[in-house]
Amino acid sequence: MSVMDAHAGEGEHAPRGITRWLYTTNHKDIGILYMVFGIAMFLVGGLLAMLIRAELLTPTMRIMHPELFNQVISVHGLVMVFGALMPLTAGMANYLIPLMIGAPDMALPRMNNWSFWLLPPAAILLVMPWLLNLFGIGTGTLDTGWTMYAPLSIQSGPGMDFAIFAIFLLGLSSTLFSINVIVTVLNTRAPGMTMHKLPLFVWSWLWTALLLIAVFPALIAASVMLLADRHFGTHFFSAAGGGDPVLWVHMFWFFGHPEVYILLLPTAGILPQILATFARKPIFGYNMQVYSFGAISLLSVVVWAHHMYTSGLPAAANLYFMFATMAISVPVSILFFCWFGTIWRGAMTFETPMLFSLGYIVLFGIGGLTGLILSDAAADQQYHGSYFVVAHFHYTLFGGPILGVIAAIYYYLPKLTGRMYSEKLGRWHFWLTVAAFNLTFFPQFLLGIDGMPRRIPDYALKFAHLNMASSIGAFFLGASQLLFLYNIIRTAAGWGKPATGRVWEGAEGLEFTVSSPPPYHTFASPPVIR
Amino acid sequence: MNTGAHAEKGGYFVPSPSPFPITLSVGLFFLCLGGALLVNGSAAGPWAAAVGAAIMVFGIVAWFGAVIRESRAGVYHKQEARSFRLGMWWFIISEALFFASLFGVLFYERVIAVPWLASFSAHFTPWVGFKAAWPTSGPAGASFRVVNPWGIPALNTLILLTSASTVTGGHDLLMKGDRRTATHLVGLTILLGLAFLGMQAREFYDAYTTLHLTLHSGVYGATFYILTGFHALHVTIGLVMLSVIFGRLTRGHFGPGDHFGFQAVSWYWHFVDVVWLILFVFVYWL
Repeated sequence: MSVMDAHAGEGEHAPRGITRWLYTTNHKDIGILYMVFGIAMFLVGGLLAMLIRAELLTPTMRIMHPELFNQVISVHGLVMVFGALMPLTAGMANYLIPLMIGAPDMALPRMNNWSFWLLPPAAILLVMPWLLNLFGIGTGTLDTGWTMYAPLSIQSGPGMDFAIFAIFLLGLSSTLFSINVIVTVLNTRAPGMTMHKLPLFVWSWLWTALLLIAVFPALIAASVMLLADRHFGTHFFSAAGGGDPVLWVHMFWFFGHPEVYILLLPTAGILPQILATFARKPIFGYNMQVYSFGAISLLSVVVWAHHMYTSGLPAAANLYFMFATMAISVPVSILFFCWFGTIWRGAMTFETPMLFSLGYIVLFGIGGLTGLILSDAAADQQYHGSYFVVAHFHYTLFGGPILGVIAAIYYYLPKLTGRMYSEKLGRWHFWLTVAAFNLTFFPQFLLGIDGMPRRIPDYALKFAHLNMASSIGAFFLGASQLLFLYNIIRTAAGWGKPATGRVWEGAEGLEFTVSSPPPYHTFASPPVIR
Repeated sequence: MNTGAHAEKGGYFVPSPSPFPITLSVGLFFLCLGGALLVNGSAAGPWAAAVGAAIMVFGIVAWFGAVIRESRAGVYHKQEARSFRLGMWWFIISEALFFASLFGVLFYERVIAVPWLASFSAHFTPWVGFKAAWPTSGPAGASFRVVNPWGIPALNTLILLTSASTVTGGHDLLMKGDRRTATHLVGLTILLGLAFLGMQAREFYDAYTTLHLTLHSGVYGATFYILTGFHALHVTIGLVMLSVIFGRLTRGHFGPGDHFGFQAVSWYWHFVDVVWLILFVFVYWL
């Protein structure tokens, strides 16, 4: 066995064939795998969403049984959170962090490969019960909603077990990737790249990784207990044995609330960089944003029970969780002011990434403000479990992270492919997306205030018009993402104009000092940062 | 075998493409599929799980084998070693947080859930007269007796503490260059670990047969077995790791400046030890 025989400099060519993708230890390849997987899952989750909206188009049950409807909403939620958004942000991290900090690769490259290749098995396990059901085995996937509340999840069919095992794989994947991010940032920065010179995206992912390590174990532990309650006769979540179903809710949201910030933070890190590029100004309030990421992360693990105001907690607990939740709006507001400060009086141009970034600020802003309404423990007694909540978290999660990821993809696509995407198609994509998005989700605020409960396949006649508007919006929203897909494919196929190394006139950062596309291996010898 | 895509002098070592991670993923997929089928009584379950486990064992052995060969070939320098150390630390932290969650469950059930359940007025509970107490098998559970902490558990505490000192002693001696005694001490650690597991198995057996403390014994039985069971599982993993270290020591691996594998296993063993101490206090004793 020889070790040093492959003496190759920068720009070594990528291996050929399928094993390049199966065996790769290259952070760029793994990043692309993550992102392709994320986009595929985004389309799968979108198709499920359109099935939901097709059922809700009119107030009768036309398309599916209520049981199947429950399964579709559950898988939609899990696929969007774990299949689409987390892999998309992890893919960005994989591709960008080593480039941004001048490292040759992620610190633990084989483990990096493993953390990606745990995801497809998890996705297969999650949807496999539908396939088995086609052959008459089982009753389909989990049908409890993505929150899997006990005791419903204890009584649910075999699909629940598949989901639990899928969660084990997802947890392992996220934990390993988080370890990799932390070690990479702490140990492989180029000389001179001090912590206070790290790009904000790297900082945001560092906090994201810490959050993942802090909270995912709770979901894994809860899932183990759920499995035991279902099959091994334990009573963790069953009052008959002295247990408590509310414990599941505590543990799920101890994970689930930070999870929202796990999805959000990476895009809040990329956003100021995009804004600065197209405003042709330095980032405003770098330090404040770094501290805000930290404050948001720390607060996010102590506010989980604001999802549980109606579960019978003592009033003192509700009060505490209310004030703690409202406190998060302080660091989040600091981020908003820093974003405004960055574009203030800038020489702005409105290329597609900039449009999506500005859309992020507005739509995520609406999501955040409606979150303040929901965080009021007294008011929440009315809003809880209504469509208002659905509208709120789609404004935060689609209006925030999804738009942020789309902005980042447009921003870095020329860097990844060496070609410019179609600006015209990109702008169409933006305007169609925000118009359809608002048509889909704004009516849901009104429906929720009117009292329409979430997670039902049928509804009262008075909700008919707004639901039809929402459904039509959803179909347009889904269809306009095909423009996005087409734009990515044509760029990757090399149809656009060649991109320069710097890509954008105002772009700053180490990733823009290498060519577009970057050589297969970059920074084998670290760059010098002054 | 070509292991170095980028091993120029001073550069960070980036391994060349590796088939082992995806092998492990395939194995894990079949293990999980087997698990999901098994708990639902499917005859295919055990087979899928067994195939998955076999693939996983192969993948792990091959992967660690490659890392050990690279380490022997000297491709790792200070920076790579630091990555391994940091990686192991954060892995142990994530494991510690898993146990923290389980201890959180224990405290929640004991301090909040059981008193809450007993606090309802007769109009709101099917179990009038249920009194808050610990240990309890709940309002509908069968009676049981608890394990005496000053029997097997106290002895096990002694065994684990001794094993912690033997593994640390072994590490110290290796640093001083006394490989022979270090090997013996690691061997002794393994024997102590096996003794611990044997005692623990005996304790579970007694609990099931004479104390009637089972998985079905309400919330006490559930928390008791999930904490002690996961701890025993981690001891088992630690023993496998110690055995690898033992084998490597007998083949002359590790020296005063090159002992990451040994150090990582030693950290892991101490982690398992600390978890046991907390467990002894809160599960067995108090």
